[in-house]
Amino acid sequence: MEKFTTLTGVAAPLMEANINTDIIIPIKRLVGTDRSTMGAYAFEPWRYRSEGVENPDFVLNQDGYRDATILIAGPNFACGSSREGAVWALDGIGIKAVIAPSFGGIFFNNCFQSGILPIVLAPDVVDDFAARAGPGAAFTIDLEALAITPPNGQPVAFEVEPFRRAALLAGLDDVGMTLKRADEIAAFQDADRVDRPWIYPA
Amino acid sequence: MTGPQTLFDKVWDAHVVADLGGGMNLIHVDRILLHDLSGLRALRMLKDQGHAVRHPELCFAAPDHTVSSDPATGGVGGFHETCVVPLAEMTAAAGIRHYAMGERGFGILHVMGPELGVTLPGATLVCGDSHTCTHGGVGAFAMGIGSSELVHAMVTQTLMQRKPKRLRVTFDGALPDWVSAKDMILHVIGREGAASGDGHAVEYAGQAIRSMSVEGRMTICNLSIEMGAKIGMVAPDDTVFAYLEGRDHAPKGAQWDAAVAHWRGLATDAGAAFDTEVDVDVADVKPQITWGTSPEHVIAVDGRVPDPDAAPDAEHAHALREAQAYAGLAPGEPIEGVGIQWVFIGSCTNSRVEDLRAAARVLDGRKVAEGVRAWAVPGSEQTKADAEAEGLDRVFKDAGFEWRLPGCSLCVGANGENVPAGERCVSTSNRNFVGRQGPGSRTHLASPAMAAAAAVTGRVTDVRKLMDGEA
Ligand code: SF4
Repeated sequence: MEKFTTLTGVAAPLMEANINTDIIIPIKRLVGTDRSTMGAYAFEPWRYRSEGVENPDFVLNQDGYRDATILIAGPNFACGSSREGAVWALDGIGIKAVIAPSFGGIFFNNCFQSGILPIVLAPDVVDDFAARAGPGAAFTIDLEALAITPPNGQPVAFEVEPFRRAALLAGLDDVGMTLKRADEIAAFQDADRVDRPWIYPA
Repeated sequence: MTGPQTLFDKVWDAHVVADLGGGMNLIHVDRILLHDLSGLRALRMLKDQGHAVRHPELCFAAPDHTVSSDPATGGVGGFHETCVVPLAEMTAAAGIRHYAMGERGFGILHVMGPELGVTLPGATLVCGDSHTCTHGGVGAFAMGIGSSELVHAMVTQTLMQRKPKRLRVTFDGALPDWVSAKDMILHVIGREGAASGDGHAVEYAGQAIRSMSVEGRMTICNLSIEMGAKIGMVAPDDTVFAYLEGRDHAPKGAQWDAAVAHWRGLATDAGAAFDTEVDVDVADVKPQITWGTSPEHVIAVDGRVPDPDAAPDAEHAHALREAQAYAGLAPGEPIEGVGIQWVFIGSCTNSRVEDLRAAARVLDGRKVAEGVRAWAVPGSEQTKADAEAEGLDRVFKDAGFEWRLPGCSLCVGANGENVPAGERCVSTSNRNFVGRQGPGSRTHLASPAMAAAAAVTGRVTDVRKLMDGEA
C-alpha cells in the first residue's frame, strides 16, 4: 500500500448529509468492473446526465475541482452498503482524503485498506473548510503533525487512531501485520475451544 | 474487577485476541458469510494475494444477490456465469460450504444464517454486506465489512476494530394492532435520524422486544445500519433458544446445554452504562412509510410530506427538496392515497414466514389492484417451503401476486430485476436510496402488512383502516 504522509491539494465540497454508497458507486458497476477502472463511475448518478454526458452542475466536473484530492462532505458520508467499490471509485478519481463530521462506519474502515484518510472534524470546522474551499485553493493535510492547514487559515488539529496512523505512514498492509500474530491467534483459539466448543465444528 | 457490563461489552471482551494500542483491537471472528458480489471479490483478492482461507469450516456461502427470482428461469439469470458459478467453484476449491439455489438451506445470507443455526448467540459473524447486523436478532455480534476486511477475516480469522460506543434503544409498551417490528424501527430512524447510530453498537431492549419473535428482532436489527450503526443486538433468551434448537448447524446434545448456559449470561447487567439511550413507547407508533430517498424520510401513514422551509438549516432543506423532486411529491401532501405501481414483499428485512403471514392476512380474499405488479419473494428455500406448507403461496397467488424464488431480487436489483424509472414501489426492504430498485425507481419502505394493503388498493393505504374490525 502507498504511504500517506502529507497531502496538499484542492478540496471539493459535497455538503449534503447522508450521501450513500449507491451514489458513490452504483451496484451495477460492482459486477464486471475492475477495481482500477471504477473511477470512471464515481458518483455516476450525479456526475453524468446520461451515459457519458457530464453534468456541469456537479462540483467534480467544474474547472479547478477536477483535480481535487480531498472531499469535504456532510455528516454520515458514505452511509449505506459495505461495498468497498465506493473507496476504489474515489481512489480512481484521485481522492486521497475525505473530511466530514461523521462517516458510514464500514466505509470509514474500508478507506484505510486503500490508504485513503477519513478525517472526522466538528461540523462548524467542516463548514468553515467548505467555505474556504475553491478552485485551485490548496489544503495541506499533515498526517505526521496531525494538522490540516486550510487556504488562508490556521492549522487545525485532527485525530487518527495511533495504530491506523502508523500503518498509513509506513504503508503497511493489515493482513501482513496480523499474520505476524499467528501465535496469539492460535493461543486464543486453543483457549476458546475449551470455553466455547460449539463455535468450532468437529 | 469489572463493573456491570452491557451485552455488547461481554461479547466484545470475549473476542479480543490482542490489544493493538490506541483503541484498536484484534478480535476473533467466529463465522464468515460470503455472497456472490463482495464474497466472490474477496475470494479472488485472497487468491491474487497468495493467501489461504484459515478456517474454511467457519465460512458459509450463497449467491443471494444475483440469482434470478423468476420461477421460469429456475434461478438462472444474467449473472449466472459471472457471479453464481464462480462463487460455487471458488468456495468448492477452498473447502467452504456453499448453498446453491434450489437446495434446502439456500437463501438470502441474513435469512439463512439464523435459519441454519450458523448464526449463534454471542458469536461474532461478518459478511461483506452492511445488513449483516440482522443476525443480532439472535444475539450475535454481527457486522458488515468491506472486501479487504473480508480477506483479512478469511486469512487470519480476526478483524482489526475499534470498540464502538454503546447505544440502547428501549421499546416499552404494547404494540397496537397492525403495527410491526418494521414500524418500530422506522419510527426510531425517523425520529433520531439516519446518522444517529454512527459509531455505535445498538442493543434493543424493553418489554416490546422481549415479547417479540426472533423474526421481528431480526427485522429491527436489520435496520440498525440505516441509522448508521454497524451492529444491532438483542440479548438472547428462551425465545431465541427455542428458535435455534435442532437447526442444522446449531450445537447438539451436551454441547447445546453448555451453550445455552453460557448464552444465558450474556444479558446486560443492571446498572451497565450506555453512551446513549433512546426510549420509545410503542403504543405511540403508527404504521410507517417512507416518502423520500433516505430511511429517515419516514412518516406515519396518516402524515404529510414535510415542508423544506421548516427544516432546521439550509442543508437539510436542500436535501428535502432534492428528495421530493426525485420522489415526485410536494410538501404538505398526504402520503396516504399516493398511487403506486409495484409492491415488493421480500428482502432480508421482511421475507420470513411471519412477514409472509402478516401480508397474507391482508391479502386473504382480496385482489391486487389493476395496474399493480406485486411480487412475493421468500427469503430462503426453507422459508418458501414452510410458507407453502401453510398454504401461504396460494393466498398470494389467488390475490394476484407472483410467488417467486428466494434471493435479494428487487431489493437492490443486482440481478437485473428492477422497478422501471418513474414508477412507485411499496417495498418491505430497507433502502429507498435514489435508484436503489433500478434507475429512476421510487421506493416507499413499509411493513409487509402495509405493502399488502397498498397492493390491493393501488395506493398508499393505512392497513388499520383497510382491516378495521378484522384485527
Ligand atoms: S435483501 Fe437487500 S439488503 Fe438484504 S442482503 Fe440482499 S440486497 Fe442486501
